[in-house]
Amino acid sequence: MEKFVKLTSTGIPLEIENVDTDQIIPARFLKATDKQGFGDNVFRDWRYHKEGVLNEQFVLNDPTYQGSILVAGTNFGCGSSREHAAWALTGYGFKVIVSSFFADIFKGNSLNNGLLPVQVTDTFLAKLFQELKNNPRTEITVDLEKQIISIEGNALSASFEIDPYKKTCMLNGYDDIDYLVSKKDKIEAFEALKRN
Amino acid sequence: MGKTLFDKVWDAHVVDTIENGPQVLYIDKHLIHEVTSPQAFNELEERGIPVLRPKQIVATADHNTPTLDQHLPIKDELSRIQLQQLSENCKKNGITLYELGHQYNGIVHVMAPELGITQPGMTIVCGDSHTSTHGAFGTIAFGIGTSQVAQVFASQCLLLSKPKSLRVSVNGKLKNGVLPKDVILYIIAQIGTNAGTGYFCEYAGEVFENMSMEGRMTVCNMSIEMGARGGMIAPDQTTFDYVKGRKFAPEGEEFERKLAYWRTLPSDPDAVFDKEYVFKASDIEPMITYGTNPGMGIKISGNIPTLDDNSFVKSLEYMGLKAGESMLNKPINYVFIGSCTNSRIEDFRIAAQIVKGKQKAGNVTAWLVPGSKQVEAQIEAEGLKDIFEAAGFQLRQPGCSACLAMNDDKIPQGEYCVSTSNRNFEGRQGQGARTILASPLVAAATAIEGKITDLAQYLN
Ligand code: SF4
Repeated sequence: MEKFVKLTSTGIPLEIENVDTDQIIPARFLKATDKQGFGDNVFRDWRYHKEGVLNEQFVLNDPTYQGSILVAGTNFGCGSSREHAAWALTGYGFKVIVSSFFADIFKGNSLNNGLLPVQVTDTFLAKLFQELKNNPRTEITVDLEKQIISIEGNALSASFEIDPYKKTCMLNGYDDIDYLVSKKDKIEAFEALKRN
Repeated sequence: MGKTLFDKVWDAHVVDTIENGPQVLYIDKHLIHEVTSPQAFNELEERGIPVLRPKQIVATADHNTPTLDQHLPIKDELSRIQLQQLSENCKKNGITLYELGHQYNGIVHVMAPELGITQPGMTIVCGDSHTSTHGAFGTIAFGIGTSQVAQVFASQCLLLSKPKSLRVSVNGKLKNGVLPKDVILYIIAQIGTNAGTGYFCEYAGEVFENMSMEGRMTVCNMSIEMGARGGMIAPDQTTFDYVKGRKFAPEGEEFERKLAYWRTLPSDPDAVFDKEYVFKASDIEPMITYGTNPGMGIKISGNIPTLDDNSFVKSLEYMGLKAGESMLNKPINYVFIGSCTNSRIEDFRIAAQIVKGKQKAGNVTAWLVPGSKQVEAQIEAEGLKDIFEAAGFQLRQPGCSACLAMNDDKIPQGEYCVSTSNRNFEGRQGQGARTILASPLVAAATAIEGKITDLAQYLN
């Protein structure tokens, strides 16, 4: 997993609530057996009209907005457990998702793929959307070490929560497998106890 | 303070606790399928880590499989490769696989319970959010991502923070024609699609006590649609009777020993939940959804609400529906009875009761997709197949099918489908398809009438 310490980037506002994993990556693209290539199909049915024609109304197709931070409406990532959603977002180039609420499984999947979910209040989110509307070039900084998200000139700034264990993993690029495998003795002892 | 059902099962599986961090939770059973496992097998292979407990893993092919001509080679190349890879991975690692055509093949959440793999007091995971289904047995069961599938392969454990507890009680008696599907659609419509996020839910009260195991599975299945990681129902005599005698259920003395333990699992009377909701059974009517998330549901005779909210407006636009209108008499061309929510034998029995001696409407394409080979065989053995076929319904072979439309079973652009599945997201059943969630009873009546129908005339 890639490390994440601090990032400054412009952001893309996706002002839609309840973005579910079927929108992030539709099921028909889940046939691959590796993790590559999902980025091409992120938000596929919003980015393209049925005939494969680009939907110019959709924010990802709007050249005004660019960057590796996605700012999305509340309850982002609800729906299925498909980790392909996280692979599609990282594959497209996102490193941070900002929302006022994340679905459980999606949040876990993101953290396992070096994609940082930053949960802010509804008020903060509304202000951030406004800032991006006023000035699409607004730079957003996400500092994982300090757990602070802010915009240029500190006109807007807030702290965010993250599980301390997950924070350590993200900062160092560790993942859970290494940790769990190192616990093998304890796991075997537990199994022995359970059998009796 | 007393313990909840969830506490009891969770605490019995904690291997270790990281200070100020998550816990290491032991997983009894790991179910896998073709879509969310290949990358996990690759991950392990790249790191040179073996699968720790292959005997605790069971695999099936369900998401991407055709529902016609399953004996022929699969036409879609990518699907075929995915299934081949599953077979190879299982063989290499000594994992039991019920592949396409096997007598035990089926949707993972239908086949495991009917084989007795799912038992009370267990921890069960699967790379699929509807793993919550197995909670009907008093099991901690939840969906995981592919990285976590790899973690369980490597260690038979997961690193997790204990979720908070939620209890939803429904007391009293259900009205005639109100099915478990209506109960859960009602609950989600009342509390919303993220009321359960961060929680594990227990369903309690007379309604669930009186429910069959099939019905309990339908309810627990949709826990994820209110954001909860999983749902559970306390195991009781109904549960024990269901488990006993199944293929992989414990037998004889071992069954008795386990039974004694299972009986200790229900929440203590003084257990305290972090959040509680209480509903009255008499308030629940047959339900239907009108929008693009499962919380957008109303009673079938009700009207679509009027809300001033962007997401709501966008959703109605997608569905081609208007605020304030009734769903009744809306013409419907597609009906799907299937998915891990409603594809068990009980669901087909209920549908058959309505269909018997009638014909589907001329405009309707009606797909019936059993949840497993065993359900398929039962449909035939009980004579339901004849009833459905005489009425013009298409009985297909088992799999996820039009629930997520990964195979060829897609609803065409712009068409409405009354579906017994669990998600009405945009494009879930095919690009531009419009899904209306309902019970098998409502779905069957819709197929006969060719339009959304008040059930009253069918109930007498
Ligand atoms: S039937 Fe639908 S919800 Fe159930 S496992 Fe298959 S795709 Fe998922």
